[in-house]
Amino acid sequence: MATAELAIHCAGLTKRYESRTGPVDAVNGLDLEVSTGGCFGLLGPNGAGKTTTIEILEGLLAPTSGQVEVLGMAWRRNEDALRQRIGISLQETRFAEKLSVHETLSLFRSFYRKGMEPAAAMDLVSLGEKKGSWVGKLSGGQRQRLAVACALVGDPDLLFLDEPTTGLDPQSRRQLWEIIRDFGARGRTVMLTTHYMDEAERLCDQVAVVDHGKVIALGSPADLIARLGGDHVVEFAVNGAAGQAADAGHHDAGALNEAALMALPAVSGVRMEATGISLTVTQPHVAIPGLLQMLRSESLELARLTTRHVSLEDVFVTLTGRHLRDDQAPSS
Amino acid sequence: MIRHHPLRELLTSRLREFFREPEAIFWVYGFPVLLAIGLGIAFREKPPDQVRVDVIAASQPAAGESGAATMRSTLAAQAGFLVEIHTEQESAARLRMGRSDIAVVPGEAFQYIYDRTRPESVLARARVDDALQRAAGRADPVSSSDKPVTQPGSRYIDFLIPGLLGMNLMGGGLWGIGFVTVDMRVRKLLKRLVATPMKKTHFLVAMVGSRMIFGLPEIILLLSAGWLLFEVAVRGSLLAVLFISMLGAVSFSGLGLLVACRAQKIETVSGLMNLVMLPMWLLSGIFFSSERFPTAAQPFIQALPLTMLNESLRAVILEGATLMSQGARLVGLAAWGGISFALALRWFRWS
Repeated sequence: MATAELAIHCAGLTKRYESRTGPVDAVNGLDLEVSTGGCFGLLGPNGAGKTTTIEILEGLLAPTSGQVEVLGMAWRRNEDALRQRIGISLQETRFAEKLSVHETLSLFRSFYRKGMEPAAAMDLVSLGEKKGSWVGKLSGGQRQRLAVACALVGDPDLLFLDEPTTGLDPQSRRQLWEIIRDFGARGRTVMLTTHYMDEAERLCDQVAVVDHGKVIALGSPADLIARLGGDHVVEFAVNGAAGQAADAGHHDAGALNEAALMALPAVSGVRMEATGISLTVTQPHVAIPGLLQMLRSESLELARLTTRHVSLEDVFVTLTGRHLRDDQAPSS
Repeated sequence: MIRHHPLRELLTSRLREFFREPEAIFWVYGFPVLLAIGLGIAFREKPPDQVRVDVIAASQPAAGESGAATMRSTLAAQAGFLVEIHTEQESAARLRMGRSDIAVVPGEAFQYIYDRTRPESVLARARVDDALQRAAGRADPVSSSDKPVTQPGSRYIDFLIPGLLGMNLMGGGLWGIGFVTVDMRVRKLLKRLVATPMKKTHFLVAMVGSRMIFGLPEIILLLSAGWLLFEVAVRGSLLAVLFISMLGAVSFSGLGLLVACRAQKIETVSGLMNLVMLPMWLLSGIFFSSERFPTAAQPFIQALPLTMLNESLRAVILEGATLMSQGARLVGLAAWGGISFALALRWFRWS
């Protein structure tokens, strides 16, 4: 049976909240199939509906409509059986400050019929040295690892992690990534949400890009990137009026219009942005000379030019016209 | 590894958290004992039969001075009077401030100046008049004598200790459970716990159970302090006192769970707590008897859980009543707890 292979299956999922300004559809017709084994990521900006989606899948929220099956079971009839087999780390949990790491893990272990020793869970997340420390004394990264250890202590088949590395320093992030990868490598399934594209790229075998409560793209990070039609991005800006015209988004200003840039050799995509222009190219060594020649003939001077590999960020921007993390204007 | 029962783990977690919080220890165990000691001393050290009398010196020194001095020596010769001579103005001020109980104007006929709503002043009037009339030669038609007894069990401290015990059990149950529950909700710890296979009843039972365990030292401390410092003895069975106290602890923690079952903020739960506790603080006979309130209010007052707890504790501690004789109150108290717990379980918000 096909569904037996699936860790998660949901179809037509919606969740509507009533707010002061009227109803808000946090999840708006979301379909998802996650197969067993490996790491699946829900990638999207803040407010895209990732947390609402994962909490519905975790059985903590009831959907307004739609079907959910986790490990081949529905929440309503199999809550206890499901709880025994999944591990959860919420976006933010402040564990009891005055309990030690070991005591916290023993408490969580006691709820599961089978599972691992608290000491083994501690070792998995490299908290062995902190065995007797009170939770209140742990750093942010250590607390997050404890949260993951609490999710692992019941030896789950399916692990849910909501924004596991938000707010962590780079070293703590890498440590957590390693823990998550190891878990996935043992044939178990991880579902995580993130708004970090690098996290999704490095960690996830499959990514669903979510925006406004819907899946707008699905595939492996490599697939999604390949769909842009090029591996590289060339970003540049020019000095002077032409540059400013482009800044303001007047695409027909001067020679730097979308059509002209698109006609350059090896260019497969053009994006006008507030800070410059970004080209998706298949071969930078072909595209850049062409670009330079064009600028010279128009007497335009480069203010900057950089090249990099295409990322999931570019996928998201191409699909939505917005950045994953819009720091200047945070949305909702 | 031996996997402990989740109920046991939940219970030990609560106990650990509590006993690792020094401030909580003080407010739960230290404060009530200090309160008992403070109130006990305040009401014990007041000399029981010293009447503070001001004799007013007349404005014409020649006649009045000797009159006032004579009266002072007359009163001072008898036990129980604290006499001072003051002018009329001074003594009026002293009466107002409560520094004296009564003022006397000497002369052909004595005049007593006092406030009839002050019980100690009314008493002073009778005693001063009695002393002065006798000194002036009044003969009593029948002779009488006094046989003083002090009976532990009828003093204010005797009344106070069971009341404090009840108050403490109420405060501990409501604050101890309500505050902790809402705090866990704010921290999203409740949500994290229901994301595990934990049984919800295990959690709630552990909360109530932890209160019973915290309550035990509380009861023992307060009763020992009462006994050692003020000789407040338990006349009835100690086991009965313990049983009633435990029932109180459980009932009030049920009420605490109910109060906290939906609150999303500490401020909300604090307000609700005060709303629930204030009527009981005033009406349920902690510091003074609830019988002082009008008869019409009595059915309501007697139905309050703290009234039931306080009255049955007083009956057993002060009068030596049996557990059976308090049956109706105890069933009432248990009903408060049971119904609260059931409603809390039903309405409880985990996230």
